[in-house]
Amino acid sequence: MRSSIPPDGAASLVPNGAVVMIGGFMGVGSPHRTIDALVARGACGLTVIANDTARPGVGIGKLISAGCVARLVTSHIGTNPETQAKMMSGEIAVELVPQGTLAERIRAAGAGLGGVLTPTGVGTMAAEGKETMRVGDRDYLLELALGAEIALIAARSADYLGNLVYSLTARNFNPLMAMAAPCVIAEPNEVVPVGVLPPDAIHTPGVLVDHLVARSQTN
Amino acid sequence: MDPREIIARRVALELHDNTLVNLGIGLPTLVTKFVPPSLRVYFQAENGIIGFGDRPPEGMEDVHLTDAGGAFVSAQPGASAFDSAMSFALIRGGHIDLTVLGALQVDRRGRLANWIIPGKMVPGMGGAMDLVAGARRVIVAMNHTQKGTPKIIEDLTLPPTSERPATLIVTEMAVIEPTPEGLLLRELAPGVDVASVVAATGARLTVHPEVSTMPLGG
Repeated sequence: MRSSIPPDGAASLVPNGAVVMIGGFMGVGSPHRTIDALVARGACGLTVIANDTARPGVGIGKLISAGCVARLVTSHIGTNPETQAKMMSGEIAVELVPQGTLAERIRAAGAGLGGVLTPTGVGTMAAEGKETMRVGDRDYLLELALGAEIALIAARSADYLGNLVYSLTARNFNPLMAMAAPCVIAEPNEVVPVGVLPPDAIHTPGVLVDHLVARSQTN
Repeated sequence: MDPREIIARRVALELHDNTLVNLGIGLPTLVTKFVPPSLRVYFQAENGIIGFGDRPPEGMEDVHLTDAGGAFVSAQPGASAFDSAMSFALIRGGHIDLTVLGALQVDRRGRLANWIIPGKMVPGMGGAMDLVAGARRVIVAMNHTQKGTPKIIEDLTLPPTSERPATLIVTEMAVIEPTPEGLLLRELAPGVDVASVVAATGARLTVHPEVSTMPLGG
């Protein structure tokens, strides 16, 4: 059985300076209560690995505004002017990664692979400092696996074994990140009794999940 | 006609029945408005869905159902949802028949730049590099100039999105096909002549011997 913890308990498992993956796409499918608790705690120096930083005041954008983030690995910051400004001023070191490459690097880390070969980014700035390999008649970039110390993910439903089901486009990077960190903290919308979720419907097996973030008793 | 509508209407004629299409954020999204109802086109979004449709009526949105721009959409009957690795396996693996993207610049070979203006604007590449590398056809849909400054130029001054050239360039003035010999002017928008397209273009154009008027659908 997975114990459920309150959001501030989840935030206390994330030390300052930690490397953290956070699920979500423009805030859809992000663990919002855990993010709020990290801001409330005044977390700092985090390396965040995430698809994007949403908008100011939304999802991961709250961590950017609150100055929690020192380093960011992401595919897109165009929707968050604060992230761009902090990148320009040098407050946040940003590594931009093509979105499909980001997904595959995270997947590789969770799947025990050293990396992947992708045609994406060959001949562009995304290839700088990377090894190019020729396979057959095509060039590929060697992109290395990308793991984290902690994954913060969101799901629609969980049971108390940690089995997770995601909803529509809120799935995005969450199941990949659930594989790619030794400590996985999942924030479901609801926790249902074991046996309610059909085995065929489960997206992330519960053995991968270390902690569930509970809803407070009042909401 | 509004320049954006001209572009969207012309691009819509490039959609074929029973195909999988990814539209970039902004102008390319307008294309959905001009898809003939007789066509069954499946729209994919990078955030993990095939078969999304229009924004639902107010109050019926699902906070877990958006397009890649974060706008609320609906799921049409038969839609499927999946994670980001699957979404980009579809894109990179050649399963997307057509992608339509905006661009800041296109060069004489058809290579495009659309993800960074160094030192000024750094949105990031998002899914653009994967889409240009992996979709079977890549259409650039953009204004012909940036306030009079040509966007189609001999050599990119901005960092490229991919080495791979686009399949077709559609602007409010013209349809241009990148070929190994250079840019081929195939169609002119209604009321636009060859000289004005040449004047608004910063790269050498070859005029197709049977250059025609751009059809704009119904």
